[in-house]
Amino acid sequence: MRGITHARWAAGAVAVALAATGCGGGAAGSDGGIGTAVLSSSWGDPQNPLEPANTNEVQGGKVLDMVFRGLKMYDPRTGKADDMLAESITTTDSRNFTVKVKGGWTFSNGEKVTARSFVDAWNYGASLRNNQKNAYFFGYIEGYDKVHPTRGSQSADRLSGLKVVDDHTFTVKLDQKFSSFPDTLGYAAFAPLPRAFFTDHAGWLKKPVGNGPYRIESYQRGAQMNLRTWDRYPGPDKAVNGGVTLKVYTDSNTAYTDLMAGNLDLVDDIPAAQLRNVRSDLGDRYINTPAGIIQTLEFPFYDKRWNRPGSEKVRTGLSMAINRKQITDTLFRQTRTPASDWTSPVLGVQGGFKEGLCGKACAYDPAGAKKLVKEGGGIPGGQVKITYNADAGSHRQWIDAVCNSINNALGDNKACVGNPVGTFADFRNQIGQHRMSGPFRAGWQMDYPLIQNFLQPMYYTDASSNDGKWSNGEFDKLVDQANAESDPIRSVATFQKAEEVVRDHMAAIPLWYQNGSAGYSDRLSDVALNPFSVPVYNEIKVS
Amino acid sequence: MGRYVVRRLLQMIPVFVGSTLLIFLMVNVMGDPVAGLCGERSCDPATAAQLKREFGLDKPLWQQYLTYMGNVFTGDFGTAFNGQKVTELMATSFPVTIRLTVVAIVFEVVVGITLGVVTGLRRGRPVDTAVLLLTLVVISVPTFVTGLLLQLLLGVEWGWIRPSVPPEAAFDELIVPGLVLASVSLAYVTRLTRTSIAENKRSDYVRTAIAKGLPRRRVVVRHLLRNSLIPVVTFIGTDIGALMGGAIVTERIFNIHGVGYQLYQGILRQNTQTVVGFVTVLVLVFLAANLLVDLLYAVLDPRIRYA
Repeated sequence: MRGITHARWAAGAVAVALAATGCGGGAAGSDGGIGTAVLSSSWGDPQNPLEPANTNEVQGGKVLDMVFRGLKMYDPRTGKADDMLAESITTTDSRNFTVKVKGGWTFSNGEKVTARSFVDAWNYGASLRNNQKNAYFFGYIEGYDKVHPTRGSQSADRLSGLKVVDDHTFTVKLDQKFSSFPDTLGYAAFAPLPRAFFTDHAGWLKKPVGNGPYRIESYQRGAQMNLRTWDRYPGPDKAVNGGVTLKVYTDSNTAYTDLMAGNLDLVDDIPAAQLRNVRSDLGDRYINTPAGIIQTLEFPFYDKRWNRPGSEKVRTGLSMAINRKQITDTLFRQTRTPASDWTSPVLGVQGGFKEGLCGKACAYDPAGAKKLVKEGGGIPGGQVKITYNADAGSHRQWIDAVCNSINNALGDNKACVGNPVGTFADFRNQIGQHRMSGPFRAGWQMDYPLIQNFLQPMYYTDASSNDGKWSNGEFDKLVDQANAESDPIRSVATFQKAEEVVRDHMAAIPLWYQNGSAGYSDRLSDVALNPFSVPVYNEIKVS
Repeated sequence: MGRYVVRRLLQMIPVFVGSTLLIFLMVNVMGDPVAGLCGERSCDPATAAQLKREFGLDKPLWQQYLTYMGNVFTGDFGTAFNGQKVTELMATSFPVTIRLTVVAIVFEVVVGITLGVVTGLRRGRPVDTAVLLLTLVVISVPTFVTGLLLQLLLGVEWGWIRPSVPPEAAFDELIVPGLVLASVSLAYVTRLTRTSIAENKRSDYVRTAIAKGLPRRRVVVRHLLRNSLIPVVTFIGTDIGALMGGAIVTERIFNIHGVGYQLYQGILRQNTQTVVGFVTVLVLVFLAANLLVDLLYAVLDPRIRYA
């Protein structure tokens, strides 16, 4: 098989030579050596059917990212929401928005992208009948409670807040003020859909059709997806390679082995076991950059023992007993960064990330921790049990490390133990039924790079991901204010005030920000991860 | 013989019902599968209720089981959470695993029995000791270690094979994974054959056959081997089912999208339909393999035929 390796190397050299002589200086992606080569990348089997409003995990999201473009797009480097299909999104009162869609865009099957493509898609996504798991994204739009009632059947099929004005204009009416609403529209759930989606749904699912830089050439479910560059893509972010082959791997270790053996070009998840070797294996072809993911420990506030006056001291004490730096350095080998606020560095300072907002409460201080826990009346029941799912990730290792750190700080061997749950489904089940007796693992991956997305879904009273049932009037009020604020700078500042409330009550212990990690073969260049830890495929050059 | 087969077939019914019911109960005891469907956040109650209704999870368990079994007899194994028919998943994954199992069984039969015969006839000689030691090592090293080691050496270091198997998984790509899957059973087959041969070598009929002046080859193959194979055939027969269901580790290492992969995904996502469906089929395979073994007995030893 050595011969094959050589042959490929030679072919690569020829391609480089062709590119250098043939179309040097020409636009990438035109008719040259570059732009036709296809790269292969590791993939996981999407959990749900590949509909934009039904995809809530990163593997399905990866594909949507390649085959769809929405009104807005998040800059792969800064995370800023820029206009993509939106000509303009205007409002005078932060509640009624007029959206103008650019002309000249089509789906890869030739159908024009119009205002209706969006309105139909959003109505579909919101409708209870369609079981879309991201339906709550449309929850701000007026009429959502009719289309998607909390119980019973729906009394309307279409959101009353959506109106098509003409081919390229539609209006959105929200049921409350939400000034950063336009910035959420880069999320995949808001993607436009062609008519084929509604007329031949089963066929569409077999081979989704979108309007992004790539089109799906073939899709073998559970095994492989072949994406090819769509030549007539009208957008500014054309793909500079010929396409991407996504290969499903059950185990990230095998993907890594395949990368080492030269059978795979890109892995976007370096397995924990390989972190020790990855630098010597890949050198600078290893990427480790911040992603919009934060890991926390949440508390069951429905349990009186964790929600009595003074228990915030216990919670803060526990936070101070965790040696974040040591755990991220030794266990995670710097693929995570100790958290010092409740957002993520990918937001940037302007977006609301404020390093050190947590202050002393997140700094390792065993003596102070011991004192605070004592002042707060001690640990409820004498022992902290941290619940987690043991089926995935390396949760067991870090929970054990956190517990060791707490035990050492409090000078009590039994102060903290891990409480493993067999499967993720069961873990979520127990959380949903409010059966947690102590802190539990929580991970938050942002939907869109806004500080709002890190605070509201997690800590607002009865919010969709407020699993601990924390409720605080002051926090809610500040979030409402911040959402209504039309000046982005003041809005962010108000959100940060709300975040301080979270800190003062230690509603959840922030642990660390997770990085995205990736490795690639020497055929590739210009590989980067966006703030969602997904590779920016269209910018990858293949030699 | 006919009555024997019928009786065996009738015995399969309670085993089939019992095992599927057990799996059904076990998967359901783990809790509400819909809870894990929406990722780190909980599904909104309306969608969760709707999903439960659609998958029939809102009904009492006994009713779910009855409906399920009723559907199974019409060939409907339900729908997996990703919207695919379970039968569709089976159609893509079973052929791959069957190919893998065939490769493994061929290794077991050819290599295992040959080594067993060779060592059984040369008991106590260096060959025998060497093979015994080797099989001891193979038995004591877990499959995933053998698998990862071979993958690393053959796939990455020497570049003889691809470390992962492409989705089509043709026979030649399955040789190394098949060997890994077969390794432990292979060692057992060798040892079983060896003991059996060594024991029967001293028996009267073999002595008679030699005394009659039959060629050595005929004595070994027709007389000695045929009688010594009964325990080995039992083992290989039951192993077919075990290999198909137990391929989870091997399939994971070599990224083979077979039954083990689907089962693993199903368990992880607590997908009742996938897990129960695949286990149902595996139970059938087990039962069929056992039946086959019993019939083979009759072929190998005429005395059993009339029992």
